[in-house]
Amino acid sequence: MFDLKGYGWMLWEGLAMTLTVGACALLLAVVMGLLGAWGKLARNPAARLAASTYTTVIRGIPELLLLLIVFYGTPTLLQKLAETMGHDIRVDFNAFTAGVMTLGFIYGAFATEVFRGAFLAVPRGQVEAAYACGMSRALAFRRVMLPQIWRFALPGLGNVWMVLIKATALVSVIQLDDLMRKSFIAMGVTKLPFDFFFVAAMMYLGITAVSMIGQQQIERWANRGVQRA
Amino acid sequence: MDTQVIIDSFPALLDGLWLTVEITVYALLIGFCLATAVAMMRVSRNILLRAPVIAYIFFFRGTPLLVQIFLIYYGSGQFRAELTQIGLWHLFREPYFCALLTLVLNTGAYSAEIFRGAIQAVPHGEVEAARACGMSGWLLYRRIILPKAMRLALPAYSNEVIQLFQSTSLVSIITLMDLTGVARTIVARTFDVYEIYITAGLLYLAVTYGVLWVFRLVEHRLSGHLREREDPAAAVRDALRARA
Repeated sequence: MFDLKGYGWMLWEGLAMTLTVGACALLLAVVMGLLGAWGKLARNPAARLAASTYTTVIRGIPELLLLLIVFYGTPTLLQKLAETMGHDIRVDFNAFTAGVMTLGFIYGAFATEVFRGAFLAVPRGQVEAAYACGMSRALAFRRVMLPQIWRFALPGLGNVWMVLIKATALVSVIQLDDLMRKSFIAMGVTKLPFDFFFVAAMMYLGITAVSMIGQQQIERWANRGVQRA
Repeated sequence: MDTQVIIDSFPALLDGLWLTVEITVYALLIGFCLATAVAMMRVSRNILLRAPVIAYIFFFRGTPLLVQIFLIYYGSGQFRAELTQIGLWHLFREPYFCALLTLVLNTGAYSAEIFRGAIQAVPHGEVEAARACGMSGWLLYRRIILPKAMRLALPAYSNEVIQLFQSTSLVSIITLMDLTGVARTIVARTFDVYEIYITAGLLYLAVTYGVLWVFRLVEHRLSGHLREREDPAAAVRDALRARA
Protein backbone atom coordinates (compact mmCIF):
# COMPACT_ATOMS: atom_id res chain seq x y z
CA MET A 1 0.00 0.00 0.00
CA PHE A 2 2.74 2.45 0.99
CA ASP A 3 6.23 2.58 -0.44
CA LEU A 4 8.36 3.00 2.65
CA LYS A 5 11.59 3.24 0.62
CA GLY A 6 13.24 0.47 2.62
CA TYR A 7 12.61 2.12 5.99
CA GLY A 8 9.95 -0.36 7.06
CA TRP A 9 12.41 -2.28 9.26
CA MET A 10 12.96 0.85 11.33
CA LEU A 11 9.29 0.96 12.17
CA TRP A 12 9.36 -2.69 13.26
CA GLU A 13 12.32 -1.94 15.52
CA GLY A 14 10.41 1.01 16.93
CA LEU A 15 7.36 -1.16 17.48
CA ALA A 16 9.48 -3.63 19.47
CA MET A 17 10.76 -0.79 21.66
CA THR A 18 7.23 0.57 22.16
CA LEU A 19 6.03 -2.86 23.29
CA THR A 20 9.02 -3.33 25.60
CA VAL A 21 8.51 0.05 27.27
CA GLY A 22 4.78 -0.65 27.53
CA ALA A 23 5.24 -4.08 29.10
CA CYS A 24 7.84 -2.89 31.64
CA ALA A 25 5.70 0.12 32.54
CA LEU A 26 2.63 -2.07 32.98
CA LEU A 27 4.57 -4.35 35.36
CA LEU A 28 5.63 -1.34 37.42
CA ALA A 29 2.09 0.06 37.28
CA VAL A 30 0.67 -3.20 38.68
CA VAL A 31 3.17 -3.15 41.56
CA MET A 32 2.44 0.53 42.27
CA GLY A 33 -1.27 -0.16 41.96
CA LEU A 34 -1.21 -2.98 44.53
CA LEU A 35 0.84 -0.80 46.89
CA GLY A 36 -1.50 2.15 46.32
CA ALA A 37 -4.63 0.09 46.89
CA TRP A 38 -3.11 -1.36 50.06
CA GLY A 39 -2.36 2.21 51.19
CA LYS A 40 -5.86 3.47 50.40
CA LEU A 41 -7.49 0.67 52.36
CA ALA A 42 -5.00 0.69 55.24
CA ARG A 43 -6.03 1.60 58.78
CA ASN A 44 -2.92 3.73 59.14
CA PRO A 45 -3.92 7.36 58.33
CA ALA A 46 -0.40 8.19 57.08
CA ALA A 47 -0.58 5.40 54.49
CA ARG A 48 -4.04 6.56 53.43
CA LEU A 49 -2.87 10.14 53.06
CA ALA A 50 0.18 9.10 51.04
CA ALA A 51 -1.90 6.94 48.69
CA SER A 52 -4.56 9.57 48.08
CA THR A 53 -1.96 12.32 47.55
CA TYR A 54 -0.31 10.05 45.00
CA THR A 55 -3.48 9.49 42.95
CA THR A 56 -4.63 13.12 43.30
CA VAL A 57 -1.35 14.60 42.07
CA ILE A 58 -0.91 12.15 39.21
CA ARG A 59 -4.47 12.66 37.97
CA GLY A 60 -4.05 16.43 37.93
CA ILE A 61 -0.81 16.81 35.96
CA PRO A 62 -0.33 16.01 32.25
CA GLU A 63 1.78 12.96 31.43
CA LEU A 64 4.15 14.95 29.25
CA LEU A 65 4.96 17.34 32.08
CA LEU A 66 5.50 14.47 34.53
CA LEU A 67 7.82 12.82 32.02
CA LEU A 68 9.83 16.04 31.71
CA ILE A 69 9.95 16.42 35.49
CA VAL A 70 11.28 12.89 35.97
CA PHE A 71 13.69 12.93 33.03
CA TYR A 72 15.21 16.39 33.53
CA GLY A 73 14.31 17.06 37.15
CA THR A 74 15.54 13.93 38.93
CA PRO A 75 19.21 14.13 37.84
CA THR A 76 19.36 17.80 38.85
CA LEU A 77 17.72 17.07 42.16
CA LEU A 78 20.13 14.21 42.90
CA GLN A 79 23.14 16.30 41.91
CA LYS A 80 22.06 19.19 44.12
CA LEU A 81 21.43 16.82 47.01
CA ALA A 82 24.90 15.31 46.54
CA GLU A 83 26.37 18.82 46.39
CA THR A 84 24.91 19.78 49.74
CA MET A 85 26.45 16.64 51.19
CA GLY A 86 29.81 17.62 49.71
CA HIS A 87 30.00 15.18 46.81
CA ASP A 88 30.40 16.18 43.20
CA ILE A 89 28.64 13.60 41.07
CA ARG A 90 27.15 13.51 37.64
CA VAL A 91 23.86 11.69 37.27
CA ASP A 92 22.72 10.74 33.82
CA PHE A 93 19.29 9.33 33.49
CA ASN A 94 18.80 6.68 30.89
CA ALA A 95 15.81 7.56 28.67
CA PHE A 96 14.46 4.02 28.89
CA THR A 97 14.50 4.00 32.69
CA ALA A 98 12.94 7.46 32.85
CA GLY A 99 10.21 6.49 30.39
CA VAL A 100 9.33 3.24 32.14
CA MET A 101 9.44 4.83 35.57
CA THR A 102 7.25 7.78 34.63
CA LEU A 103 4.67 5.72 32.76
CA GLY A 104 4.64 3.05 35.47
CA PHE A 105 4.24 5.71 38.12
CA ILE A 106 1.40 7.48 36.27
CA TYR A 107 -0.57 4.38 35.40
CA GLY A 108 0.09 2.98 38.86
CA ALA A 109 -2.31 5.68 40.04
CA PHE A 110 -4.99 4.38 37.68
CA ALA A 111 -4.21 0.78 38.66
CA THR A 112 -4.61 1.83 42.30
CA GLU A 113 -8.27 2.64 41.68
CA VAL A 114 -8.72 -0.63 39.79
CA PHE A 115 -7.24 -2.73 42.59
CA ARG A 116 -9.09 -0.80 45.27
CA GLY A 117 -12.35 -1.66 43.56
CA ALA A 118 -11.27 -5.29 43.20
CA PHE A 119 -10.30 -5.57 46.89
CA LEU A 120 -13.69 -4.23 47.90
CA ALA A 121 -15.47 -6.59 45.50
CA VAL A 122 -14.32 -9.71 47.37
CA PRO A 123 -17.17 -10.63 49.73
CA ARG A 124 -16.18 -9.93 53.32
CA GLY A 125 -17.76 -13.17 54.51
CA GLN A 126 -15.29 -15.26 52.51
CA VAL A 127 -12.34 -13.67 54.25
CA GLU A 128 -14.01 -14.17 57.63
CA ALA A 129 -14.68 -17.79 56.72
CA ALA A 130 -11.00 -18.22 55.85
CA TYR A 131 -9.98 -16.80 59.25
CA ALA A 132 -12.52 -19.11 60.92
CA CYS A 133 -10.86 -22.06 59.19
CA GLY A 134 -7.63 -21.04 60.91
CA MET A 135 -5.84 -19.38 58.00
CA SER A 136 -3.43 -16.60 58.87
CA ARG A 137 -3.88 -13.16 57.26
CA ALA A 138 -1.16 -13.87 54.69
CA LEU A 139 -2.53 -17.30 53.84
CA ALA A 140 -6.09 -15.99 53.54
CA PHE A 141 -4.85 -13.22 51.29
CA ARG A 142 -2.99 -15.66 49.04
CA ARG A 143 -5.64 -18.37 48.90
CA VAL A 144 -8.90 -16.44 49.06
CA MET A 145 -8.37 -12.78 48.17
CA LEU A 146 -5.71 -12.79 45.47
CA PRO A 147 -7.31 -15.30 43.05
CA GLN A 148 -10.49 -13.22 43.06
CA ILE A 149 -8.88 -9.77 43.06
CA TRP A 150 -7.08 -10.60 39.89
CA ARG A 151 -10.32 -11.72 38.28
CA PHE A 152 -12.17 -8.56 39.34
CA ALA A 153 -9.27 -6.35 38.31
CA LEU A 154 -8.83 -7.76 34.79
CA PRO A 155 -11.26 -5.50 32.87
CA GLY A 156 -9.81 -2.41 34.55
CA LEU A 157 -6.23 -3.51 33.99
CA GLY A 158 -7.03 -4.13 30.33
CA ASN A 159 -8.14 -0.50 30.04
CA VAL A 160 -5.01 0.69 31.82
CA TRP A 161 -2.88 -1.24 29.32
CA MET A 162 -4.73 0.23 26.31
CA VAL A 163 -4.25 3.79 27.54
CA LEU A 164 -0.68 3.10 28.64
CA ILE A 165 0.48 1.68 25.31
CA LYS A 166 -0.77 4.83 23.58
CA ALA A 167 0.95 7.01 26.15
CA THR A 168 4.29 5.34 25.32
CA ALA A 169 4.33 7.57 22.23
CA LEU A 170 5.41 10.36 24.59
CA VAL A 171 8.78 8.74 25.35
CA SER A 172 9.86 9.81 21.85
CA VAL A 173 10.05 13.32 23.34
CA ILE A 174 12.95 12.22 25.56
CA GLN A 175 14.77 10.71 22.56
CA LEU A 176 13.91 7.08 23.19
CA ASP A 177 13.81 5.16 19.89
CA ASP A 178 10.20 4.02 19.97
CA LEU A 179 7.78 3.74 17.06
CA MET A 180 7.09 7.50 17.02
CA ARG A 181 10.71 8.56 16.98
CA LYS A 182 11.66 6.00 14.33
CA SER A 183 8.82 7.28 12.14
CA PHE A 184 10.06 10.80 12.74
CA ILE A 185 13.59 9.89 11.66
CA ALA A 186 12.36 8.02 8.59
CA MET A 187 10.17 11.01 7.72
CA GLY A 188 13.18 13.32 7.88
CA VAL A 189 15.04 11.24 5.30
CA THR A 190 12.25 10.31 2.91
CA LYS A 191 10.11 13.49 3.12
CA LEU A 192 7.00 11.32 3.30
CA PRO A 193 5.50 12.37 6.64
CA PHE A 194 1.95 11.21 5.97
CA ASP A 195 2.95 7.71 4.85
CA PHE A 196 5.14 7.03 7.85
CA PHE A 197 2.83 8.43 10.48
CA PHE A 198 -0.10 6.66 8.90
CA VAL A 199 1.72 3.32 9.00
CA ALA A 200 2.73 4.03 12.61
CA ALA A 201 -0.91 4.81 13.43
CA MET A 202 -1.93 1.52 11.86
CA MET A 203 0.62 -0.30 14.01
CA TYR A 204 -0.81 1.28 17.17
CA LEU A 205 -4.27 0.37 15.94
CA GLY A 206 -3.04 -3.19 15.47
CA ILE A 207 -1.78 -3.28 19.06
CA THR A 208 -5.16 -1.99 20.27
CA ALA A 209 -7.09 -4.56 18.21
CA VAL A 210 -4.90 -7.48 19.35
CA SER A 211 -5.12 -6.27 22.96
CA MET A 212 -8.92 -6.13 22.78
CA ILE A 213 -9.11 -9.71 21.51
CA GLY A 214 -6.50 -10.84 24.04
CA GLN A 215 -8.40 -9.15 26.86
CA GLN A 216 -11.59 -10.99 25.91
CA GLN A 217 -9.77 -14.33 25.83
CA ILE A 218 -8.07 -13.77 29.18
CA GLU A 219 -11.30 -12.65 30.79
CA ARG A 220 -13.11 -15.69 29.47
CA TRP A 221 -10.33 -17.90 30.82
CA ALA A 222 -10.31 -16.17 34.21
CA ASN A 223 -14.09 -16.40 34.53
CA ARG A 224 -14.32 -20.01 33.41
CA GLY A 225 -15.47 -21.14 36.86
CA VAL A 226 -18.07 -18.42 37.27
CA GLN A 227 -21.73 -18.87 36.48
CA ARG A 228 -23.13 -16.31 34.13
CA ALA A 229 -26.56 -14.83 34.51
CA MET B 1 14.79 25.84 45.61
CA ASP B 2 15.10 29.22 43.96
CA THR B 3 11.90 31.18 44.55
CA GLN B 4 12.99 34.27 42.62
CA VAL B 5 12.96 32.41 39.30
CA ILE B 6 9.41 31.22 40.00
CA ILE B 7 8.23 34.77 40.71
CA ASP B 8 10.01 36.09 37.61
CA SER B 9 8.58 33.50 35.27
CA PHE B 10 5.08 33.38 36.74
CA PRO B 11 3.52 35.94 34.33
CA ALA B 12 4.90 34.01 31.34
CA LEU B 13 3.51 30.76 32.76
CA LEU B 14 0.11 32.39 33.22
CA ASP B 15 0.19 33.49 29.57
CA GLY B 16 0.88 29.87 28.66
CA LEU B 17 -1.98 28.70 30.87
CA TRP B 18 -4.25 31.11 29.03
CA LEU B 19 -3.42 29.50 25.68
CA THR B 20 -3.95 26.06 27.22
CA VAL B 21 -7.38 27.05 28.50
CA GLU B 22 -8.30 28.79 25.25
CA ILE B 23 -7.44 25.82 23.07
CA THR B 24 -9.24 23.47 25.49
CA VAL B 25 -12.42 25.55 25.41
CA TYR B 26 -12.48 25.84 21.60
CA ALA B 27 -11.79 22.13 21.17
CA LEU B 28 -14.53 21.31 23.69
CA LEU B 29 -17.16 23.51 22.07
CA ILE B 30 -16.56 22.27 18.53
CA GLY B 31 -15.89 18.71 19.72
CA PHE B 32 -19.19 18.64 21.62
CA CYS B 33 -21.21 19.46 18.50
CA LEU B 34 -19.23 16.94 16.46
CA ALA B 35 -19.62 14.24 19.11
CA THR B 36 -23.40 14.74 19.38
CA ALA B 37 -23.81 14.33 15.63
CA VAL B 38 -21.44 11.36 15.54
CA ALA B 39 -23.19 9.65 18.47
CA MET B 40 -26.56 10.04 16.74
CA MET B 41 -25.10 8.48 13.59
CA ARG B 42 -23.53 5.74 15.70
CA VAL B 43 -26.90 4.58 17.08
CA SER B 44 -28.65 4.91 13.71
CA ARG B 45 -30.06 1.74 12.19
CA ASN B 46 -28.75 2.77 8.77
CA ILE B 47 -25.44 0.95 8.19
CA LEU B 48 -24.26 3.65 5.74
CA LEU B 49 -24.43 6.20 8.55
CA ARG B 50 -23.08 3.86 11.21
CA ALA B 51 -20.08 2.25 9.47
CA PRO B 52 -18.03 5.40 8.76
CA VAL B 53 -18.41 6.74 12.30
CA ILE B 54 -17.44 3.35 13.78
CA ALA B 55 -14.22 3.52 11.75
CA TYR B 56 -13.66 7.13 12.81
CA ILE B 57 -14.17 6.38 16.50
CA PHE B 58 -11.97 3.26 16.33
CA PHE B 59 -9.14 5.16 14.63
CA PHE B 60 -9.09 8.13 17.00
CA ARG B 61 -9.53 6.04 20.15
CA GLY B 62 -7.04 3.40 19.06
CA THR B 63 -4.06 5.59 18.19
CA PRO B 64 -1.99 7.95 20.36
CA LEU B 65 -2.86 11.64 20.22
CA LEU B 66 0.75 12.39 19.33
CA VAL B 67 0.49 10.33 16.11
CA GLN B 68 -2.72 12.16 15.24
CA ILE B 69 -1.08 15.55 15.76
CA PHE B 70 1.94 14.57 13.65
CA LEU B 71 -0.27 13.05 10.98
CA ILE B 72 -2.12 16.33 10.55
CA TYR B 73 0.72 18.80 11.18
CA TYR B 74 3.58 17.11 9.33
CA GLY B 75 1.45 14.79 7.19
CA SER B 76 -0.41 17.65 5.53
CA GLY B 77 2.93 18.85 4.13
CA GLN B 78 2.95 15.86 1.81
CA PHE B 79 -0.19 17.20 0.15
CA ARG B 80 0.93 20.80 -0.01
CA ALA B 81 0.26 21.20 -3.74
CA GLU B 82 -3.28 19.82 -3.48
CA LEU B 83 -4.06 21.83 -0.34
CA THR B 84 -2.76 25.03 -1.94
CA GLN B 85 -4.98 24.37 -4.92
CA ILE B 86 -8.15 24.18 -2.85
CA GLY B 87 -6.99 27.12 -0.76
CA LEU B 88 -6.57 25.34 2.58
CA TRP B 89 -2.79 25.32 2.81
CA HIS B 90 -2.59 28.60 4.75
CA LEU B 91 -4.64 26.89 7.47
CA PHE B 92 -2.60 23.68 7.64
CA ARG B 93 0.60 25.71 7.76
CA GLU B 94 -0.40 27.06 11.17
CA PRO B 95 0.43 24.83 14.15
CA TYR B 96 -2.50 26.39 16.05
CA PHE B 97 -5.01 25.24 13.46
CA CYS B 98 -3.51 21.74 13.23
CA ALA B 99 -3.46 21.37 17.01
CA LEU B 100 -7.06 22.52 17.34
CA LEU B 101 -8.24 20.29 14.48
CA THR B 102 -6.55 17.23 16.02
CA LEU B 103 -7.94 17.92 19.48
CA VAL B 104 -11.45 18.44 18.08
CA LEU B 105 -11.33 15.17 16.15
CA ASN B 106 -9.85 13.37 19.16
CA THR B 107 -12.29 14.60 21.76
CA GLY B 108 -15.09 14.16 19.22
CA ALA B 109 -14.37 10.45 19.04
CA TYR B 110 -14.05 9.91 22.79
CA SER B 111 -17.12 12.01 23.66
CA ALA B 112 -19.17 10.36 20.92
CA GLU B 113 -18.56 7.01 22.59
CA ILE B 114 -19.67 8.48 25.94
CA PHE B 115 -22.80 10.02 24.39
CA ARG B 116 -23.61 6.78 22.59
CA GLY B 117 -23.65 4.92 25.89
CA ALA B 118 -25.83 7.64 27.39
CA ILE B 119 -28.29 7.67 24.46
CA GLN B 120 -28.62 3.91 24.74
CA ALA B 121 -29.18 4.23 28.49
CA VAL B 122 -32.25 6.45 28.07
CA PRO B 123 -35.13 4.30 29.36
CA HIS B 124 -36.99 2.69 26.52
CA GLY B 125 -40.37 3.54 28.04
CA GLU B 126 -39.68 7.26 27.82
CA VAL B 127 -38.90 6.99 24.13
CA GLU B 128 -42.03 4.90 23.57
CA ALA B 129 -44.15 7.40 25.48
CA ALA B 130 -42.78 10.22 23.31
CA ARG B 131 -43.53 8.24 20.17
CA ALA B 132 -47.04 7.60 21.43
CA CYS B 133 -47.40 11.38 21.80
CA GLY B 134 -46.50 11.67 18.14
CA MET B 135 -42.87 12.76 18.39
CA SER B 136 -40.28 11.29 16.09
CA GLY B 137 -36.95 12.05 14.50
CA TRP B 138 -35.30 15.32 15.43
CA LEU B 139 -38.13 16.42 17.74
CA LEU B 140 -37.80 13.19 19.74
CA TYR B 141 -34.04 13.70 20.02
CA ARG B 142 -34.29 17.36 20.93
CA ARG B 143 -37.06 17.11 23.51
CA ILE B 144 -36.59 13.68 25.10
CA ILE B 145 -33.43 11.75 24.27
CA LEU B 146 -30.68 14.39 24.22
CA PRO B 147 -31.59 16.24 27.45
CA LYS B 148 -31.81 12.95 29.35
CA ALA B 149 -28.68 11.51 27.70
CA MET B 150 -26.60 14.62 28.48
CA ARG B 151 -27.49 14.35 32.15
CA LEU B 152 -26.55 10.67 32.15
CA ALA B 153 -23.30 11.42 30.30
CA LEU B 154 -22.18 14.20 32.64
CA PRO B 155 -19.93 12.21 35.03
CA ALA B 156 -18.09 10.46 32.20
CA TYR B 157 -17.95 13.66 30.16
CA SER B 158 -16.32 15.55 33.03
CA ASN B 159 -13.51 12.97 32.91
CA GLU B 160 -13.15 13.56 29.18
CA VAL B 161 -12.92 17.32 29.77
CA ILE B 162 -10.07 16.77 32.26
CA GLN B 163 -8.41 14.35 29.87
CA LEU B 164 -8.60 16.88 27.04
CA PHE B 165 -7.32 19.71 29.21
CA GLN B 166 -4.28 17.66 30.08
CA SER B 167 -3.64 16.34 26.59
CA THR B 168 -3.37 19.91 25.29
CA SER B 169 0.15 19.81 26.77
CA LEU B 170 1.13 17.84 23.63
CA VAL B 171 0.62 20.91 21.45
CA SER B 172 3.90 22.22 22.88
CA ILE B 173 5.64 19.56 20.75
CA ILE B 174 4.52 21.34 17.59
CA THR B 175 5.93 24.66 18.87
CA LEU B 176 2.82 26.17 20.45
CA MET B 177 3.47 28.23 23.58
CA ASP B 178 0.98 26.66 25.95
CA LEU B 179 1.74 26.15 29.63
CA THR B 180 4.04 23.20 28.97
CA GLY B 181 5.62 24.99 26.00
CA VAL B 182 6.40 28.09 28.05
CA ALA B 183 7.79 25.96 30.90
CA ARG B 184 10.07 24.11 28.49
CA THR B 185 11.39 27.35 27.00
CA ILE B 186 12.11 28.85 30.40
CA VAL B 187 13.87 25.67 31.54
CA ALA B 188 15.98 25.64 28.39
CA ARG B 189 17.11 29.17 29.26
CA THR B 190 17.54 29.04 33.03
CA PHE B 191 18.12 25.31 33.77
CA ASP B 192 15.89 25.65 36.85
CA VAL B 193 14.28 22.38 35.95
CA TYR B 194 12.08 21.41 38.81
CA GLU B 195 11.18 24.89 40.10
CA ILE B 196 9.56 25.72 36.75
CA TYR B 197 8.09 22.32 35.94
CA ILE B 198 6.61 21.88 39.39
CA THR B 199 5.07 25.37 39.28
CA ALA B 200 3.56 24.48 35.90
CA GLY B 201 2.35 21.19 37.35
CA LEU B 202 0.67 22.97 40.26
CA LEU B 203 -1.09 25.30 37.83
CA TYR B 204 -2.43 22.30 35.91
CA LEU B 205 -3.45 20.68 39.19
CA ALA B 206 -5.32 23.78 40.32
CA VAL B 207 -7.29 24.12 37.08
CA THR B 208 -8.04 20.38 36.97
CA TYR B 209 -9.57 20.30 40.44
CA GLY B 210 -11.30 23.63 39.85
CA VAL B 211 -13.02 22.18 36.79
CA LEU B 212 -13.92 18.99 38.67
CA TRP B 213 -15.44 21.08 41.44
CA VAL B 214 -17.58 23.02 38.95
CA PHE B 215 -18.77 19.78 37.38
CA ARG B 216 -19.71 18.42 40.80
CA LEU B 217 -21.80 21.53 41.43
CA VAL B 218 -23.54 21.17 38.07
CA GLU B 219 -24.20 17.49 38.72
CA HIS B 220 -25.62 18.29 42.13
CA ARG B 221 -27.88 20.93 40.63
CA LEU B 222 -29.12 18.66 37.82
CA SER B 223 -29.88 15.72 40.08
CA GLY B 224 -32.04 17.63 42.53
CA HIS B 225 -35.17 15.65 41.68
CA LEU B 226 -33.37 12.36 42.40
CA ARG B 227 -32.12 13.25 45.88
CA GLU B 228 -34.02 12.47 49.01
CA ARG B 229 -35.97 15.50 50.11
CA GLU B 230 -34.89 17.29 53.21
CA ASP B 231 -37.26 16.51 56.01
CA PRO B 232 -38.34 19.77 57.69
CA ALA B 233 -39.61 17.86 60.73
CA ALA B 234 -36.23 16.21 61.34
CA ALA B 235 -34.85 19.08 63.41
CA VAL B 236 -37.85 19.07 65.72
CA ARG B 237 -37.76 15.29 66.05
CA ASP B 238 -34.06 15.30 66.88
CA ALA B 239 -34.60 17.96 69.52
CA LEU B 240 -37.41 15.95 71.11
CA ARG B 241 -35.30 12.79 71.05
CA ALA B 242 -32.44 14.64 72.70
CA ARG B 243 -34.68 15.73 75.52
CA ALA B 244 -36.18 12.27 76.06
